[in-house]
Amino acid sequence: MNVIIVGCGRVGYIIAEHLSKENHDVTLVDSDENKLQAPLANLDIQAVVGNGTTFSALREAGVKNADILIAVTSEDEMNMISCMIAKKANPNCSTIARVRKPEYLPERNFFKNAIGMSMVINPELAAAKEIYSLISIPNALEVDAFANGRIELLKVKVTEDSILNGMKVADVSKKFDRKVLICILVHEGNVSIPNGSTVLSAGDMISVILPKAYISTFYNSVSNSSLKTIKNVMIAGGGTTGYYLAEMLSDAGINVKIIEFDRNRCEVLSSQLSSRAEVINGDAENRDTLLENGLENMDAFVALTTVDEENIFLSLYANKVAPECKQITRIQKLEKDEIIASLPLGSIVVPRQLTAEYILQHVRASMGRDSGSSVEALYELMDGKVEALEFSISEENEVLNVPLADLKIKPSILVASIVRGKKFITPSGNDMIQLNDTVIIVTTVKGLDDITDILD
Amino acid sequence: MNSKGVIRILGFVVGLEGIFFLLPALVGLIYKEYFGAAVYLGLALVCVLVAFLIIKVFVKNRDRSKGFYGKEGFVATALSWIVMSLIGAVPFRVTGDIPHYLDAVYETVSGFTTTGASIITDVESIMHCNLFFRSFTHWLGGMGVLVFILAIMPMAGGSPLSLMKAESPGPTVSKLVPKAQKTALILYGLYIALTLAEFLLIVFDPSINVFESICHTFGTAGTGGFGVRNNSVASFSPYVQVVTTVFMLLFGLNFSFYYLLLLKRFREAFNFSEIRWYFGIYFGAVALMLIDLAVKGFGAGKNLIAVFFSCASVMTTTGYTVADFGEWPVFTHVIFFTLMFIGGCAGSTGGGFKVARIILLTKQIGRDVRKQIHPNRVTTIKNDGKAVSEEVLASINRLFITYVFILVISTLIIALDGFDFTTTFAAVMSTYNNIGVGLGDICVGDSFSMFSYTSKSVMILDMLFGRLEIIPMLLLFSPSTWKK
Repeated sequence: MNVIIVGCGRVGYIIAEHLSKENHDVTLVDSDENKLQAPLANLDIQAVVGNGTTFSALREAGVKNADILIAVTSEDEMNMISCMIAKKANPNCSTIARVRKPEYLPERNFFKNAIGMSMVINPELAAAKEIYSLISIPNALEVDAFANGRIELLKVKVTEDSILNGMKVADVSKKFDRKVLICILVHEGNVSIPNGSTVLSAGDMISVILPKAYISTFYNSVSNSSLKTIKNVMIAGGGTTGYYLAEMLSDAGINVKIIEFDRNRCEVLSSQLSSRAEVINGDAENRDTLLENGLENMDAFVALTTVDEENIFLSLYANKVAPECKQITRIQKLEKDEIIASLPLGSIVVPRQLTAEYILQHVRASMGRDSGSSVEALYELMDGKVEALEFSISEENEVLNVPLADLKIKPSILVASIVRGKKFITPSGNDMIQLNDTVIIVTTVKGLDDITDILD
Repeated sequence: MNSKGVIRILGFVVGLEGIFFLLPALVGLIYKEYFGAAVYLGLALVCVLVAFLIIKVFVKNRDRSKGFYGKEGFVATALSWIVMSLIGAVPFRVTGDIPHYLDAVYETVSGFTTTGASIITDVESIMHCNLFFRSFTHWLGGMGVLVFILAIMPMAGGSPLSLMKAESPGPTVSKLVPKAQKTALILYGLYIALTLAEFLLIVFDPSINVFESICHTFGTAGTGGFGVRNNSVASFSPYVQVVTTVFMLLFGLNFSFYYLLLLKRFREAFNFSEIRWYFGIYFGAVALMLIDLAVKGFGAGKNLIAVFFSCASVMTTTGYTVADFGEWPVFTHVIFFTLMFIGGCAGSTGGGFKVARIILLTKQIGRDVRKQIHPNRVTTIKNDGKAVSEEVLASINRLFITYVFILVISTLIIALDGFDFTTTFAAVMSTYNNIGVGLGDICVGDSFSMFSYTSKSVMILDMLFGRLEIIPMLLLFSPSTWKK
């Protein structure tokens, strides 16, 4: 597939890297020649130096034959113009724009309908949604939603005293009525897809697929602390993400305290948010401010200041003062590497990675659109070592109506879930994939395009 | 330095050469040269076996994912060219057609680098299989061996562009399409199509037989110049000479031009400044030469084809000859030297300094003058309507300095052999710019066999420096390349 990426910042680079490795023809457009040097040297892509909002640059990048144009420059307006030009030049080209200004948020549908954009991504909103979903399920470190949010993939750590410690994977699913399936196992840093005979041990990180309604039952029985509901959340930093998050949380009936340094911003926030959200004008770096506002009694603490390092220290401090409280740390500039991962920062949210992931999910989904079985969504897990793919089955093929045990499925591929109408099946060897099912595959094999690709 | 990665590339090169040895073996069988055929067949087996051992056994799977960056790409390319020349020389030595191994290496390097300078004095006494292989090295070396490997197999991970950059001539190498493999396929597709076109146009001519047509076409396509007759192209019919002139010029063009034509982007294609300069320089040189010949009484009319042919042959760095231009006036010789230096277009199969670089060097002179008059004036150099970055300009200037430096040193060493200045300088210019025909004692029909082995070694290096455009070869001699 021919993909044009306008704007070679961090997000542009991540998307180009993934798509070129998945064997798509990627052309990067940026007006700054120096920014194009690194991707040209490291990736198998083409680069065009030019302004991505001009027709001539886009024509040189091959917009006439492009399937997708992704505009991720730093300016919303440039992204929109890029998409409009691409759509005019080639009506078959689907367009994706990153648009981050909150005032454009209500106009999303207008963009989609009138300008013909197929996706408008707002990184701040995406980050806020991600954080909201993390808060609504405590202690699960990472959550992804499948099948329109009916299924969650939950990342849980196996502790010393957990009943999972020493259990076989096959026994786990028996114990929980075959509603729970362990998809990914991280044992001493090695990521693998476990089979039934794998034994879990303390310190392992597992990703579990299960119906949303079953989360608390599962959670309460694997950990000795019971699932407590979140009532109070503190947000350090009242930027755009903070605002979106506070709005979502207060709508869900959760008490929110936003600590924001800038007096004027506080007034804006207070005028826009409901009264359930308290806006505090104070310095989040001042520990007394945090304690005064009851950090010790918070159920969750979200560090969203503009400085990554400050967020890290705030989360470390919150971890010290209120160990029961769930911490979420946003990182914008730093790499999420082993060092940061080794710190007790709770969940780490990287907006640029989220943006790239959302866009990649969309690209992957639109890629298979004309084939019978298509990838509806793609989720990268464990730093991209594992992929979870959602296929919707709309056509007969050799995978259908055969018990899974009789299919020759490649190693490292797990059929994690079958959604049939409103029913949710955690498959065993006797289950079959049928027409109109949605199937979720978890795999370390990259580049699956079609459900039949799972066969050996 | 990811040495396993480099060795893996070398493995592919050896294997590919092994497979290509089967072609001369086949030619040997057709012409009943059973000894030659056996030598090529045996070598093919050995090469494929060695390649198999390297790729499957020596380099483990886990080594493949290691970093393969610009440095590795350049080193792998330079080493590949050396290794395949050393292997390609073996059959010449074993069959006895070239008794000394260094001479055989000289001949093979001259083939792969598309120079066409030969140390063979009587070409017509050489076995058909060897003649075929000699010409085939031109064809393969013209577009590049690693480009061929890129075309037929996907390179997982790393930077395939670094391999292309090292092998494809030109100041800025850009891909025609986003994927390196597809770009390589398009390049070879165009190359094969043009080669076939020339072959089909000349094969029916009675003055040239099928075998000669094949070898002659290979020599033109790669802008190489190994002849299959002692007097090069002179004994073929004027028709063959004219077709050859046209095709030499076509193979000296930037291949992006053909790609643009293929995409029906005609306006862009014909507005390509390099193409205009290329033809401007060519026709300018032809005109000057014809005037000089007419004025000096050599007769412009009877030398018409010879002038068009020789200018094309020298400028595209092919090195075929139809007339003894050694007897022409000195003015024409200086024009030949100038054309040798300029060479073909970037992204073609030709050698030399490349027209694209000459354009940018010339434009810089104008800028420096303007800068002296208006010291505060900000000037950017534009080419094809686009500003050329200072980094690109600086790299061309640096390359030019290095080019001159190597030229001087090589001339100094070869001067020790004691030939006259024209011969000495022409030998260096001819090998360094991958032309293959010189002036003085190494003019039309002469061979390079009279030089000492020291001089031949220098010329071997010059040919490789010229073909790979200096930097990849220099990298081999830099200690920091080999540091852990």
